[in-house]
Amino acid sequence: MPKITFIEHDGTEHTVDAEIGSTVMETALRNDVNSIVAECGGSCTCATCLVHVDEKWSAVVGPPSEEEEEMLDSAFEVKPTSRLCCQIRVSEELDGLVVHTPAYQGR
Amino acid sequence: MLERTETTDTIKTDVVIIGAGPVGLFAVFELGLLDIRAHLIDILDKVGGQCAELYPEKPIYDIPGIPYITGIGLTDALMEQIKPFSPAFHLGEMVTMVEKIGDPLFRVRTDAGKTFECKTVVIAAGGGSFQPKRPPIAGIEPYEDKSVHYAVRKMDTFRDKRLLIVGGGDSALDWTLNLHPIARRLTLVHRRDEFRGAPDSVNKMRALVDAGSMDLKIGQVTELEGSDGQLTAATIKDKGGALSRVEVDAMLPFFGLTMKLGPVADWGVRLEDNLIPVDTEAFESNIPGLFAIGDINTYPGKLKLILSGFHEAALMSQKAHHYVYPDKRLVFQYTTSSTSLQKKLGVA
Repeated sequence: MPKITFIEHDGTEHTVDAEIGSTVMETALRNDVNSIVAECGGSCTCATCLVHVDEKWSAVVGPPSEEEEEMLDSAFEVKPTSRLCCQIRVSEELDGLVVHTPAYQGR
Repeated sequence: MLERTETTDTIKTDVVIIGAGPVGLFAVFELGLLDIRAHLIDILDKVGGQCAELYPEKPIYDIPGIPYITGIGLTDALMEQIKPFSPAFHLGEMVTMVEKIGDPLFRVRTDAGKTFECKTVVIAAGGGSFQPKRPPIAGIEPYEDKSVHYAVRKMDTFRDKRLLIVGGGDSALDWTLNLHPIARRLTLVHRRDEFRGAPDSVNKMRALVDAGSMDLKIGQVTELEGSDGQLTAATIKDKGGALSRVEVDAMLPFFGLTMKLGPVADWGVRLEDNLIPVDTEAFESNIPGLFAIGDINTYPGKLKLILSGFHEAALMSQKAHHYVYPDKRLVFQYTTSSTSLQKKLGVA
């Protein structure tokens, strides 16, 4: 099972198992990564599951879709590597993925 | 855009429903079958709650008997279903106060200055009220409601001011176009040079920028300057990290909405983890006559499903009948066979 590491704003690290086919957001919620809010439950409509993908992983994860890019307009402190993690699907090639979570998701 | 009007007359009705999401809407139906008239109040400027605001085009697969429907589809269907009961809607208003003033009698006030008196109150407020997202700019708090505004109440507030509007959606663009003629100077800030708002608004905004009559900056606001709640300047960081400073008198950030519990906490109703504990016979709170249905309530085994909210609305209505018509005996009837119910629905 692929492993994903969430590094929270305060430095707390969670390295957890991620089910293939689930999303990075669902993985965060199942493992109590509190800085992921996911208010809309994964519909790409609330921008409260923002992560900054680690530089080393940005190319593997890839860019956001047009819909997600639009939703990023409602997030804060957006960086070139920022993604909404409900839109990142876990696959074998993401084994070892590192994402950083922001201090504030807008609520 | 909503211009708010003040009314001083008290609106008298059987029940006030706080929240016009799917569960609040269906409550109109169940109450209506029992001859209980409802007024609905919602902070959004449209009905449908989360279905309309968060996932209008997204599919819902677990409404009994409907294999597939979108959020907006469900909202439209519910509006059709409750049409016979002609509920009154008060949209774009937040309930600020609910107080028990009699037995049973409640007074409900909104931030638009309306006052209601009703026998029962139904809180169907879902995840709370949708409120504007606040940007995480250090030291923004003292400016809020003084020179940082998340909504435009009176356009004239911004006359002859240097305005900074932040965002890339329709709210940011609409207010840019509406306020541009009266502002002394207007700057629009957005994190990228593409806008998701209506193409016509985007074109109009770009024409103003090309004509030199407003400014567009691509970047994010990182710092505010001012004193005693009065902004004087804002710092904007562009994609490359370069900083620029704009002198402004007011800032209007439009980053969409988020759900907050809101004023419910001030009404004396018992809360557990920001939810209202209720019994499972009538979904009544600790205050007799004050009900809570849908996502905002909690009880053993609670599931936050629309279908659970519908069930709760039906049972709540039976108890609400006791408060509205204390002397009338309630006879349980089916819409399939009862002529009396069918008359109310306008089909018999």
